[in-house]
Amino acid sequence: MTSDLIVFLVLSLVAISTALGMLFSRNAVYSALYLVLNFVTVAVFYLLLGAPFIAMSQITVYAGAIMVLFLFVIMLLGAESLAPSKALPWQRPLATLLSVVLAVEAVYLLFTRARSDAAIAPPEASLNTMESLRQMAMELFNLYLLPFEVTSILLLVAMVGAIVLTRQEKGGQK
Amino acid sequence: MDWTIWLEWFLKGLVLCLALLTGFAYLTLYERRALARIQIRVGPNRAGPQGLLQPIADAIKLIFKEELTPGKVYRVVYLLAPVLTVVPSLIIAAVIPLGTSFTLFGREITLYVADINVGVLYLTSIASIAVYGIVLAGWSSNNKYAMLGGIRSSAQMISYELSLGLCFVIAIMLGDSMSLNEIVTAQREVWFALIQPAGALVFLIVTLAEVNRAPFDMPEAEQELTAGYHAEYSGMKFALFFMAEYQKMIVISMIAATLYFGGYREFWFLKDTFLSVDAVWRIGAWQFQAWFLGPIYLLLKVVVLLFFMIWVRATWPRIRYDRLMAFGWKVLLPLSLALAFITAAGILLAEQLNNPLVIWGIPALSVISVLVAVAFIYRDLRRKSHGRV
Repeated sequence: MTSDLIVFLVLSLVAISTALGMLFSRNAVYSALYLVLNFVTVAVFYLLLGAPFIAMSQITVYAGAIMVLFLFVIMLLGAESLAPSKALPWQRPLATLLSVVLAVEAVYLLFTRARSDAAIAPPEASLNTMESLRQMAMELFNLYLLPFEVTSILLLVAMVGAIVLTRQEKGGQK
Repeated sequence: MDWTIWLEWFLKGLVLCLALLTGFAYLTLYERRALARIQIRVGPNRAGPQGLLQPIADAIKLIFKEELTPGKVYRVVYLLAPVLTVVPSLIIAAVIPLGTSFTLFGREITLYVADINVGVLYLTSIASIAVYGIVLAGWSSNNKYAMLGGIRSSAQMISYELSLGLCFVIAIMLGDSMSLNEIVTAQREVWFALIQPAGALVFLIVTLAEVNRAPFDMPEAEQELTAGYHAEYSGMKFALFFMAEYQKMIVISMIAATLYFGGYREFWFLKDTFLSVDAVWRIGAWQFQAWFLGPIYLLLKVVVLLFFMIWVRATWPRIRYDRLMAFGWKVLLPLSLALAFITAAGILLAEQLNNPLVIWGIPALSVISVLVAVAFIYRDLRRKSHGRV
């Protein structure tokens, strides 16, 4: 258990420092790279929790697909280092307030939930992942079928919307 | 955790890496000789017998070559990019089973580094990470040609990853597992390339695009981009890109062999003979498992698949970039979706009707869908043959 704890502490250090690096780097490409590292670290957290399926999906979807598209757009637009634009006047106080609220909530939950003896037990089936994968698929396509389909339609709408928007621009140029 | 387990992992990883590096060196020679043979030339045959020492000579040349770092590069990323390209091409091989197992000093030693039960997902995640090296090399070089190469490669690899994922899905469904070891075991009776020949074909095409090989080598098209993303790299850093490309070829051939061509297993018609990897050989009173046949079979399959890649490079011209994207999105993606559907339906029907012969409807329908796709391409090309795009 102690080795898990050490791994966890080191990982959290990496996760926090990459998140800070993402926030504070001047160059958008470096920000994106820090975010990739952060996603990979989170994937390792999932591995630590015994959820390899989610860990691998995290890497494939976030680090592999989405961040590559981010980088693609940043490079295509040449937007590596934009001049710091004027922030909206109410943005900074609002951000401070919201982050304080989030921190208070997190600390509150940490002290109320984490101290109770009913710690969350790791799922039994996680060692045999094909079984747990089957269970997950069953849950997803039986119990949560409607949300699943709604999500897919949402994504489809977003995709069609993006295509329609770019099409109009093309038609205007002709 | 026993320290011997760590030692075993370390040694297996080391052996695998060294094998891949040697494979890379000799693949360059293999490619140059084979290309030369196809183009009626001789190829490098001076260093050593049949040119066998040529890779070593090349390595010495590259190590002692001057390394230029252009003035305005983004230094950290510029230095990191070659490393980021090589590492995925090495670690992706960790889950590929090379054979069954043998006993040494009373321990059973399996011929794979890790048999993780989400092996196929591991492959997809590492393959998706592999884009970064090329993209960052293109960006950090601070050169428009390199940048265009990087952007092209990210667009191309993302587009073809979708079809690659669906080809993985077909193999997962046929093998009823995500572990590569179990997928190989499931091919004891019959290779998946026989049940799903179209899937194997699409997989081979997509892998050519994923490793940026001709005819999909847009990121480094010499005539347009002066070598693309690695235009600003020289010496050992260039050698790392070169190494990554050839290692990716080897590894992706191993994956193709594992998913569709029976992996380390023998040909399906040899399954109960003494040439099977499960066979027990007897020489006098001494009997042992024929585990060493596994790596040999895998090597044979990889060499054949690599020859396929070299052959394609020698004979086919590069595809125009817009056609490359159109081919990926409008032909390969619908086709592989259809193949995944046909496979799933075939497996389900065979289960429901209790008739294993229904499985053979899958290859028939798949081949028909490939023919339909080819007919569509043909019609499209004919219509456009006189106009641009």
